[in-house]
Amino acid sequence: MSNPLEDMSKPDVIFCIGTNMTECHPVAATGIKKAVARGAKLIVADPRRIPLADMSDVFLPLRVGSDTALLGGMAHVIARDGLMDESFVAERTTGVPEFLEHIKQMTPEWAESITGVPAADIEQAARWYAQADRGAIYYTLGITEHICGVDNVQSLSNLALMTGNIGREGTGINPMRGQNNIQGAGDAGALPNNYPGFQSVIDPANQAKFEQAYGHAVDLEKGMTKVTALELCGDKIRAMLIDGENTVVTDPDRQHCEHALRSLDHLVVIDLFLTETAALADVVFPATAWAETDGVCTNTERRVQRLRAAVPPPGEAKPDWWIVSQIAKRCGIPGFEYESAKDVFNELCSLSPLYAGLDWDLIDEGRHHWPVPYKGHPGTPILHQDEFENGRGVFKLIDYRDPAETVDDQFPVWLTTGRRLQSYHSRTQTGRSAGIDYLLAEESLETHPDDVAAWGMADGDWCTMSSARGSVRIKIKATNRSPRGTVFCSFSFNDVPVNILTGSGYDPVTQTAELKVCPVRIEPIRDGVTAPS
Amino acid sequence: MSVIEDRTTAELQIDGETVVFSPVETLLAVARRHRREVPTLCYDPRLDPFGGCRLCVVELEGVRNPVASCARAAEPGMVVRTHGEALDKHRKTLLEMVCSENRQIDVEPLSGYASQELAELADRYQARTGRFQGRQSGKSKQDDDNPFILRDYDQCISCYRCVRVCAEQEGDYAISVKNRGFDTQITVEFDGLLKDSSCTFCGQCVQTCPTGALADRKALRAVDLPGEVVKTRTICTYCGVGCSVDALTKGDKLVGIQPAMDGPANQGALCIKGQYAFDFVQHEDRLSTPLMRGDDGELHPASWDDALDRAAQGFLDARDKHGRHSVYAVASGRAPHEAAYTTQRFIRAGFWTNHIDNCSRA
Ligand code: SF4
Ligand code: SF4
Ligand code: FES
Repeated sequence: MSNPLEDMSKPDVIFCIGTNMTECHPVAATGIKKAVARGAKLIVADPRRIPLADMSDVFLPLRVGSDTALLGGMAHVIARDGLMDESFVAERTTGVPEFLEHIKQMTPEWAESITGVPAADIEQAARWYAQADRGAIYYTLGITEHICGVDNVQSLSNLALMTGNIGREGTGINPMRGQNNIQGAGDAGALPNNYPGFQSVIDPANQAKFEQAYGHAVDLEKGMTKVTALELCGDKIRAMLIDGENTVVTDPDRQHCEHALRSLDHLVVIDLFLTETAALADVVFPATAWAETDGVCTNTERRVQRLRAAVPPPGEAKPDWWIVSQIAKRCGIPGFEYESAKDVFNELCSLSPLYAGLDWDLIDEGRHHWPVPYKGHPGTPILHQDEFENGRGVFKLIDYRDPAETVDDQFPVWLTTGRRLQSYHSRTQTGRSAGIDYLLAEESLETHPDDVAAWGMADGDWCTMSSARGSVRIKIKATNRSPRGTVFCSFSFNDVPVNILTGSGYDPVTQTAELKVCPVRIEPIRDGVTAPS
Repeated sequence: MSVIEDRTTAELQIDGETVVFSPVETLLAVARRHRREVPTLCYDPRLDPFGGCRLCVVELEGVRNPVASCARAAEPGMVVRTHGEALDKHRKTLLEMVCSENRQIDVEPLSGYASQELAELADRYQARTGRFQGRQSGKSKQDDDNPFILRDYDQCISCYRCVRVCAEQEGDYAISVKNRGFDTQITVEFDGLLKDSSCTFCGQCVQTCPTGALADRKALRAVDLPGEVVKTRTICTYCGVGCSVDALTKGDKLVGIQPAMDGPANQGALCIKGQYAFDFVQHEDRLSTPLMRGDDGELHPASWDDALDRAAQGFLDARDKHGRHSVYAVASGRAPHEAAYTTQRFIRAGFWTNHIDNCSRA
């Protein structure tokens, strides 16, 4: 996030897009509820009538995967109506003439024809956001889990640059991270293109730094992404270490994924449970869990915080860093002589400019937002206050692209997936916590009541849902939260392995999977057999 | 917290001492900042002032009746007294009356974060005199069988903290107040179950309740375990908000979670996952030894020594047969930094490639 969480109650216009925040980040959503109670305007864009939409001043129910068209339409209105922040654009950005030329064609009527959102609502949203003293954008995976995820984010950035809604309190572009330490995994260098601290691996200066630190020259090219690596399992990739991830259930295209892992010569998994992924491994190591492990995590607002052990682990379970270090030592790799999590974290701080001013003891109270460039620096709650990373903010020219697969006669319904309040990812954790089943015992397919009727079904009936990749059985739930022609379910339940269906494409830049959009066919199950519809 | 635009400071007098305050402070806040022990019951610093219990009253020069300090804004020149015989007597009487309404004053500390407040005040003001024959207000909702929140309204003192936290902090408006006086009842729509209301089971009402009328059913499972309750400050394991929590333990057992009221990212707020979804940690399905695939194709328990050798050998074999680019690692977005850092170092320092990623892409 460019701005801290405490800023969430400060904007006078809030634009939430692709984020079911009340369910996925309930505590963050309380900030928005407070802002709205104070009189802030709320714009919500989402294919589904999510709970946040019920609170909104304008709701933009866009067709799944049409975000760039909606955002292009908004940019058009802002330019057309003379609502740009001219001085901000002049002083802080570059590329505006080309950008203005590019969005000339993107009229709200054009955007309506693609998104299905009435042009008048697009205009209203654009005007509110542009005229705000403090306009803030919040988004989650609804923006990034698309083949055009990067385009979506850059379209949002264009809006913020046009209107100067960035670099100040209560503004900004704020992605909400889904996992407790997904930010930290990137900070720590678990990326094919960056060393720790987001230092590019193709920069010779960084290369020299890590050659020095690790005692050997590292490749100058970027590594493979996980998506590519899974594709090349059994071919170029022969051995894999997977730490704490149930790849088989949470990744798209489950069959492909299982097949990939099976075709490895050697698979080592570190986890808490014998997950579907661990069950495929040659060696499985038991890791200590949350509340058993000392360590560090970074939250969505870049706040670096301490995790503390409260109970002993079961049996012989060990911290992940210890396990990896032991494997490394037995491979003869030097430099893994750590005695504690503190040793590891302090080494990371010594190599990451973003953490240069931090160490294990300094983060005890979690007061710092990175970057913390030197000791004594107070941290950086708001990014881009005076300058962008490379000087000026760059406008990007984005064209609308169709999703990798679009609905047709064979697969006429859009499926979109997500999380639910009560469960989390593959439920290896929430599914094993007493009481949670009281609220959410099984998955269901949220479908507009008209569609349920049109398909000859009733609420609670079973159906078969198929995509080009496979099919699953699932119970129908009639609800107005889903628009006509679009259905929704979460990927949390192993008995409804939705990710058998998904996986139609990837963003060409980040290789994030298009989990949010998948054309499907839905057929009722009668007397235990699928009836053709 | 909102920003204080006007930074000019003003002065007032507390118990004869001249003190400085900022324009948004209440008398209670100023008094507490200067270490005066002003008792409160209906007060939760995260909520709007309410002024219901009148325990926090102070004397204000020029004003006839004592004023509720939690609801009164500090003004320049005020002359305030926070203790004295009359005030203490007033507070004691109020507490005696409150205590008389409840079945029990001492409640299990596992009930919730604020559950000891009434008992502590009753001790401080020696208010367990039984001087009043109490009629109880509120009826417990025994038939709500939800696994998270015990609703024992026999213990309710009508401070409305639960209702206010639900509305103001959570924005959920799941519970409300019905009737007045001794008939006061905290309720959900149609007197129903929380499950059928807009309740999200965030547990905030439980954690702010000062009497244990609302209590943490999950934590109370551990009432009979021996030992003291120990709190360890840590960060929630679920989403990226990074709420601060206290893990409650008794001996080696993780028995509950309480929000950290001073948590920098959450200021005491939590959601159902952070509050209640912790049993996975000590679940019987946890792996407790390394496993290795045997000749029979199945996974079997193995010693660390054997398993580590086998794991390392597999990577070395792949490197020797197929080159160093044939080894790949995926780090976790759930484990701490140290896991991700060592994993990337394993690849970069061991195989000199950048074949490392994490799970944020899916
Ligand atoms: S658990 Fe949360 S949502 Fe439910 S009544 Fe209590 S405060 Fe309200
Ligand atoms: S308590 Fe809820 S909102 Fe807070 S970090 Fe945990 S999952 Fe996120
Ligand atoms: S605490 Fe001030 S009136 Fe209750």
